[in-house]
Amino acid sequence: MTVYDIIFYLFAAVTLISAFFVVTNRNIVHSAFFLLFTFFGVAGIYVMLGADFIAVVQLIVYVGGILILILFGVMLTNKIVNVEIKTGTIHALPASIVLGLFAGAIGAAVLNTNWKVVESPDPVPTTAAIGSMLINEYALIFELLGILLLIALIGAASMARR
Amino acid sequence: MIYDWLYSLTGSEMIAIGIQSLLPLYLFILPFALVAVLLERKVAAHMQDRLGPMRVGYHGLLQTIADILKLLQKEDTVAADIDKKFFDLSPLLVFAGSYAAFAAIPFSGAFMGSNIDLGIIYIVAVTGLVVAGILMGGWASNNKYSLLGAMRAAAQIISFEIPTLLIVVTVIMITGTMNLYTMSEWQTGYFWNWLILGGPDFGIAKILFIPLMLMAFLIIFLSTLAEVNRTPFDIPEAESEIVAGYHTEYSGMKFAMFFLAEYANMFAVSAIVSALFFGGYQSPFGYLGNLLEIGWLIPIEQFFWFTAKGVFFVLVQMWLRWTLPRFRVDQLMSFCWKYLIPISFVILLLVGLITVL
Repeated sequence: MTVYDIIFYLFAAVTLISAFFVVTNRNIVHSAFFLLFTFFGVAGIYVMLGADFIAVVQLIVYVGGILILILFGVMLTNKIVNVEIKTGTIHALPASIVLGLFAGAIGAAVLNTNWKVVESPDPVPTTAAIGSMLINEYALIFELLGILLLIALIGAASMARR
Repeated sequence: MIYDWLYSLTGSEMIAIGIQSLLPLYLFILPFALVAVLLERKVAAHMQDRLGPMRVGYHGLLQTIADILKLLQKEDTVAADIDKKFFDLSPLLVFAGSYAAFAAIPFSGAFMGSNIDLGIIYIVAVTGLVVAGILMGGWASNNKYSLLGAMRAAAQIISFEIPTLLIVVTVIMITGTMNLYTMSEWQTGYFWNWLILGGPDFGIAKILFIPLMLMAFLIIFLSTLAEVNRTPFDIPEAESEIVAGYHTEYSGMKFAMFFLAEYANMFAVSAIVSALFFGGYQSPFGYLGNLLEIGWLIPIEQFFWFTAKGVFFVLVQMWLRWTLPRFRVDQLMSFCWKYLIPISFVILLLVGLITVL
């Protein structure tokens, strides 16, 4: 058990526990705040896997952007405590059958796969590599994504003006 | 580096990491906050032709310590019907967010929390935690002024993050790195090598960069000022409109945590601005250690220059606070979206053209 193991389990616990609270909590503002810790834990696990750039982008996009948007939306809504999040029809039997099959399939896949175990190399900074890939090999896709986002922005602005 | 020294001293990776991550807090932020609170009151007093705190110690030097003792003894008053869990968590989250930024700031050539490649982008990312903490505190207080203040703070910080990031991207394009340590090393030598004076490469580009960098510096200084909620952008805690904003309901040590986070933030943004544009910890006139050939003197000198630059910008922030009136909410937003962001885009475009050519 090294320091890194302890940190990994800490982040995993934070992610799982807060994710559990996100789904079970009756107060949706609480759920939104627990989501913060889930995102943070996932970012931590990314760092442990050596994906430093992805971790930071996760923080910028999810915590700095989407979570704040969710919080704004949730706080400005009217009824926020004790929301009944239920649909009218509940098919318990088919749902449990499908869930059981799915869990069985996943479990069998996990158990039967011949996992390759390799000693993990020391993590290296990935930012420069990602940057040169984006500009060289995937330049067209990168530009297209940029244009797509620009179209979405213009669309949102023109809808907001109406 | 200090980490290697700590590692050889303690022999354990874990203890060395632990001590290193606590060093900036105990050796820097707490003493700095002690001095800065007194400084703020003294600067305010002298600008208003008063004397400020005079009773405790020589010219009120021990006033902050007396205040902290008072805060420690205070009853932790808690309003009814608050959201206890999140109410308690919020100050911790805000302080954690602002302290996390110190991990990537190079204090001197020999000490830096973590020499990560992402540096400045990491600092921008952890600022998100502060926003979430402020929103949490404002909502959990169950007070309309707190909620209004928190909403204003979040909207303001998110809006002003855009010009900040644009200028940061501009600087990254020139230096070719996001690492604040490499950035500071890049601006080594004398003060004409600082980025505000065009960087260390002599040529036409340097002359073209100077006016652009001056504007970029002004934009990033203003928008970081708005991100730490200082006057003239202090509408999230505007006393005359919404009592004290998101920390209206807090008292005792929880309030002190918000206060500490604010001063830590003030220094953090000053340090970032100086690392980007003013050479970070680099001395403007060369080192005494080089002159006398004493190797260990250089990191200490660097730490001195780093602190001096940081404190200078903190002083400018205080100076602005007592000079300018507060913005209105709509003025603030139009200032950001209609002026700062377009100008930063133009700077980004021009710098891109110059670096390509």
